[in-house]
Amino acid sequence: MLRKKEPRVVATFRTTTAAMQTEQAARSQAVPGRLIPVPREITAGCGLAWSAPPEAEDALRALFDRIGVAPQDIHHLTI
Amino acid sequence: MIYFDAAATSFLKPPAVKEAVLQAFDTLGSPGRGGHPLSLAAGRAVFRCRAQLAALFGLADPARVCFAYNATDALSTAIFGLFSPADHVITTALEHNSVLRPLYALEDQGMGLTVLPADRKGRISYEDLPAALRRNTRAVVCTHASNVTGNGLDLARIGAFCRENGLLFVVDASQSAGVLDIDMQAQNIAALCFTGHKGLFGPQGTGGLCVAPGVDIRPRRVGGSGVHSFDRHHPGDYPERLEAGTLNATGIAGLSAGLDFIEQTGLAAIRAREDALARRFYLGIRSLPGVVIYGDMDAPLRTAVVAMNLAGEDAGAVADALAEDYGICTRAGAHCAPRMHEALGTVGQGIVRFSFSYFNTEDEVDTAVQALRALAGT
Repeated sequence: MLRKKEPRVVATFRTTTAAMQTEQAARSQAVPGRLIPVPREITAGCGLAWSAPPEAEDALRALFDRIGVAPQDIHHLTI
Repeated sequence: MIYFDAAATSFLKPPAVKEAVLQAFDTLGSPGRGGHPLSLAAGRAVFRCRAQLAALFGLADPARVCFAYNATDALSTAIFGLFSPADHVITTALEHNSVLRPLYALEDQGMGLTVLPADRKGRISYEDLPAALRRNTRAVVCTHASNVTGNGLDLARIGAFCRENGLLFVVDASQSAGVLDIDMQAQNIAALCFTGHKGLFGPQGTGGLCVAPGVDIRPRRVGGSGVHSFDRHHPGDYPERLEAGTLNATGIAGLSAGLDFIEQTGLAAIRAREDALARRFYLGIRSLPGVVIYGDMDAPLRTAVVAMNLAGEDAGAVADALAEDYGICTRAGAHCAPRMHEALGTVGQGIVRFSFSYFNTEDEVDTAVQALRALAGT
């Protein structure tokens, strides 16, 4: 059985490099979340997306600003 | 076996490079292709290497480090992707065929090409640059250091000339990456083409080009990218823009280990060690009867290369004797640099090139000096 669905903030990227850059920065700066395959509900250039708990959205947006990565989109999904 | 052919490939490498490649076979999947742990591990390894290269070359954005097979591949990508038959490009007689042949191919289609000449010591005159300008000049394309003589070009000076005249500056760093200082921003470099398997100590089949902000290179190859699968067109964002197909992640993992070694050791220490070995060899052979040395050995900017001949002997015969009788590996011939040999007057004879590595020893150098002493008949 698949895991129970729960609300997530999902950021998508235009390139794999942007996804990797986000993961590296998030890990070093203790911003929660992880890389996942892009959920079918949304489309994106890169097949990887960053999935984070809803309460981490502000921290995630601040992280993007700090590292200069522009996500393709930020979605609110139950996945 | 004594290896003095580091300018061809870094046969002598930090042990961590081999270990990293072997480990990669056990731990890495396909980079940028899926979200499972092995694919993510490969993606992380590739990104780590991009970040290391960006830091080494003074490029702020690791996403503008695009991997290629080697420097020739990177140079073809840059040259064919930037210029058209309507343009004019300036280059130098120091160049390797990896620069010359793509430029010749465009020249055959109508592009203007000016090759700055070299003197008998293989030096260009920077004062020749302004006279080479035409109204349609787009760029200067040149090497950082000659693979024949080891003499370097002043990138800051040529980069400043490009800035003043609105030109792109494309640099072949095959012989200099990992040895000489490169700062894309300070030296105004638009595209820096490098190989991974020489001064960066990586495996063969690694290399790439670093692209400055605002520089748009048309891709030569398109296809699989791992992103934008339903788009008819290849992605336009760097680095995927110039990377079609699965990357050499195992090789890149080895390159990353080579870059770790460079970071830990420092460019200045590597350069000092290699220079000392080359100088020791040069001083040991320069007075032997019949020895002819090529290039400017007193120039401040040099890589660890000593180009020589023994009287009128064919360079290939000397290199063969060194290999067969003394177990010493050198590179004889034209070194894919025809115009340099024309300038040096060695088209017929060729040159025996000794190129030194951080991992060579003084004893090896002294053995080579004694071998040449014997071959010279003293």
